[in-house]
Parts: sequence; structure tokens; C-alpha cells
Amino acid sequence: MKIRTIAGAGAAMLALTFGALYAWTRPAAIAPVTQALPAPAPGVLAAGARVVALGDCMVCHTAKGGAAYAGGLGLATPFGTIYSTNITPDPDTGIGRWSAQAFRRALREGVARDGHLLYPAFPYIHYTRMYDGDIDLAYRYLMSRTPVRTMQPANELVFPLNFRPLLAFWNALYLRPGETGTAAPTATPLARGRYLVDTLGHCASCHSGLNPMGGERKPAFRGGNIDGWDAPALTGLAHGPVPWRQQELVEYLRGGLSLGHGAAKGPMRPVTEHLATVPREDVEAIALYLMSIQAPHPAPEGARAAPLVSVATAPDTPGAAGARLFAAACASCHAASAPLTRINGRPGLALSSALQGARPDNFIQTVLHGVPWDPASPVYMPPFADVLDDEQVAQLAAYIRTGIAARPAWHDVARTSAKLRKETQE
Amino acid sequence: MSTNLTLNGKTQVLRSDPGTPLLYVLRNELRLNGAKFGCGMGQCGACTVIVDGKPVFSCMTPLAALEGRSVRTVEGLGNAEAPGPLQAAFIRHQAAQCGYCIAGMLTRAQALLDKHPHPTEQQVRAHMEPNLCRCGTHHRILAAIMDVAHGGRP
Repeated sequence: MKIRTIAGAGAAMLALTFGALYAWTRPAAIAPVTQALPAPAPGVLAAGARVVALGDCMVCHTAKGGAAYAGGLGLATPFGTIYSTNITPDPDTGIGRWSAQAFRRALREGVARDGHLLYPAFPYIHYTRMYDGDIDLAYRYLMSRTPVRTMQPANELVFPLNFRPLLAFWNALYLRPGETGTAAPTATPLARGRYLVDTLGHCASCHSGLNPMGGERKPAFRGGNIDGWDAPALTGLAHGPVPWRQQELVEYLRGGLSLGHGAAKGPMRPVTEHLATVPREDVEAIALYLMSIQAPHPAPEGARAAPLVSVATAPDTPGAAGARLFAAACASCHAASAPLTRINGRPGLALSSALQGARPDNFIQTVLHGVPWDPASPVYMPPFADVLDDEQVAQLAAYIRTGIAARPAWHDVARTSAKLRKETQE
Repeated sequence: MSTNLTLNGKTQVLRSDPGTPLLYVLRNELRLNGAKFGCGMGQCGACTVIVDGKPVFSCMTPLAALEGRSVRTVEGLGNAEAPGPLQAAFIRHQAAQCGYCIAGMLTRAQALLDKHPHPTEQQVRAHMEPNLCRCGTHHRILAAIMDVAHGGRP
């Protein structure tokens, strides 16, 4: 009886604390707008589309096979799954009742119109430094989309992170709000590039990796892992067997294919698809800025060994088994003698970033799932998830990584393959 | 070095080099000529067979990957004297023109029906997407599959 009383009092105290916290942290609601906005002028619409493409809004706010901007895409975070929201102008389930002021507050402070705190899967810690003009253009563009009435599934977050007011603490740690009234300066291409990378494009969201608190690791751009894909370090582009050059980066970001490094895959692919729609000067600025943040060269690795096919395929090794699998499954496109390697100077397998990386994740993802067919893209690869088991994926890796890419073998490939296969199962 | 697998319900010991694509083993060692060579790059689907219930491109499926697994080809669905339900529907709907893609179409469709006996048209369209027909009889192929899916003869 006594224990029950204490437990009851404890629960009441806890409820009171959380309640007080809730009242303290909850910002005020902003009055809904009831009148429909006039249709934006074509110039405004085009400028808004450019901001929204550069901000990559659609990549997260559109579910697989779902209506554009209607949300519902599950974002797997270390803390559970967060479903992106509907940002079409539907009054009940989207942002149809949001004023420009409410939209601006959401981007600057991560607060919804009704005052609840948004999860930082929404990159407001970057959007917060957007120019007022760009925020308003994005608003006008999104408000002119076709309204879609749809609700995203409920978030599946671990307790207590499903209690949104706690985000006030997170914001105190990681949100450095930008200023309202921020106008675009007369930007140099480099300043424009920094703005597009750091603020609008929020590249650091994937390419910096997260700390245990879900904040982005500092210093930025040292590489991360997102949706089971490795997001390479953006400060190491000038290293590797073929250092990136600025023009090559522009072609890759706009076309999804680099002749010296391979194709954009996984979560990077839609990014390149959107960058293909913006003016070339924007992508040139992004590339210019990225080339300016390159880390000094690491200590020289010494002369790179030539691929030792004979060692990689010594009898009764995983590499030998991998060579057999390669002959039947891969060689018709990827063998040095394959006709496909002669089209448009395609990159040889040896230079593929997925094979050169420190971790096998991107190689495994590509083998398991291929590169999906898209009529707008020259890149396609069939999936092998139903052909090869995890042990065979590891055998293939043993052969290709050492025998073709001439890099030290990866570890734990079979286990990583099993994990990635499970994560991406429908 | 031999490979043991189950082919159309029967145990088979295959002597081809394990680095050979399954399609060549089927056609050359076993003389099962249903599955066709189209592109050799997993882009057309003419070589489709069913491995452990899943449709795969046999032109890029290594024999070495099939030890102990179960393979089903178009020959396993029926024959000219006793066509299976899907084959009979393809005949009823005259779904073949030149016929080169049909073995692949049948096996891919069978894999779907084995898992989902009553798919929607949308599901059938999405599932059949990897297989191409250059004659353009997709609408007849689709009608034949839908007939089996919803005509009570799965």
C-alpha cells in the first residue's frame, strides 16, 4: 500500500514536471490563414521551384510511389522511425492554413504552426540561416502545389523521445537560429556555394554523421552513414585514386554519373535528379565551394599496389569463389573486355567509389538492390538480392575489392550484407 | 566439380563449370530451351526462371550460387499436351506474337501468383516491369495473367 502511494506520488510528480516543461517550452500557435493565396506569377513560381529543388524538400517529403510533397516517407533514425509530413497546401493534413510567418518560423526555429516542436530530421538547423526571400519563394511555391489530403503514419520513436517538448533541450544545444530580415548578399560564387551546401542543400545532414545525441558531428563533412549507405567525406574529394576535379563534380551532381568515380546511388541519386533541374551556375557554385573545403592530403599511402588477381584468387579462398561468381554474374557488363565498358567512356569497376571506400556498405547495397531503372538515367543495374546469399556477396567482395580495386580486403562483409538485407526488406 | 540442385521438382547433379550462368547450363547441359538469351545483361527478362520462389535473370545467375537451391523453369509449368493454368491462359488470350519473351513472362508471372494468387492489376504491372516484349503484346500478357488471378484458376 505504502509502495503504491510512493509510486503514485512519483508518477504524479513526473507528470507535473513534464506538464510544466510542456507549458514552458511550447511556443504560441500562429493564427491560421483562411483565405486562399493568389496564384504566384510565373517568375515567382520558377524561382520558388529552384529554391525547393536546391533545398531537396521533395526527397524526404515524398513517400515511395506517393504524391509529391505529401509526406509519409519513413526516415530511419537511431532513435526510431520518423515519417515526413505533408507539405502540400491541404488545409487539414498539410500546410494549407500556414501563413508565411508560420512557415518562416518552422524553417528558422523548427516549430509547427500550432506551436508543437518539429523533430530535427527536418533540417531546420540549416534552413534557419536561409534568406527571407528564399523562404518566401519556397512558401509561395509549396502553397501553389496540388493539395493532397493524407496523413502520414504515427512516428515510431523510443520513449522519452516521443515527448516533443524535450526537443527544447536539443534545440538549446544545436540550434543557432538565423536572423529574420536576412537578405541575400551580393554573393560571390564561393559565398553562393557555401550557402547552397551549408544552408539550403544541408549536405551536412548526411555527410557529417550524427553523434549519440542526434546532433551533427563537428567538424562537418567528415562522412556519415544514412539509410544503410555510406555518405563519403566531402573533405576528402581531392584524395583517392582519382582526385575529383571541379568540372567532374559539376557533371556528377547534375547528371548522376562521374566517369572517374561511378554513379550516384541510394539517397544521393534523387539529390542529383533535383540538381539537374536548377541552373548550372548553382551547381558550379556548389562544386567550387566543395573544392575549397578539402582537407590537406593525408600521409602518402605509398605506391598503390597493382591488382594482384593471382593472390585474390588463390585456390580455395573466398576470392576464388568470388571470381567464379563474377564470371557468371558480373563479367558480361563489368569485365574489362565487356562491350558495355566501351560506351561513353564508362568508368572501370576499379575506380568505383563504392569499391574504393573504407566500408563495404555501398558495394553491398549496389549488389543487393542494383540501380533501379529510370528512363531519365543512363545508369541501370539489375538487383542480385535473390541470386546471391550473404556469404556469396562476401566472396564477390573478396575478389573485386582486392583483385580489381587493389585495396585491402573489407571485414565483416557477410554480416553487413545480412544486416543491410534485413533493413531494406519490405 | 559438380553442383546439386532441384530442377522442376527433381534432383539434378550438374557438371558444368560453376562459373557458368544458369541459362547456359539449362540450354546446353540440360537441353531445356525454354529460357531464352536476350541481352545477357539482366535488362530484358527473356531468360527469367524461378529460384527459391523468386524470379531471377538466369543469364546472370551463377551455377555456383545454386548449390542446394530449387529452380523452376517454364518447362516446369506444364507442356504442350497439358499446359499449366497460366500457359493455358496465354494460349486463350493469344499472348504471344513472336514468342521470344514468353517463357520469361510466364515464369515471372508464376512467381507472383505463387506468392499472391489474386494480385491487383497495379501489382501485376509493377511486378512484370523488368520483362520486355518487343512485339508489344503486353496488354494480352496482362489480360492472361489477370484471367488466372481472378478467373478462379490460379
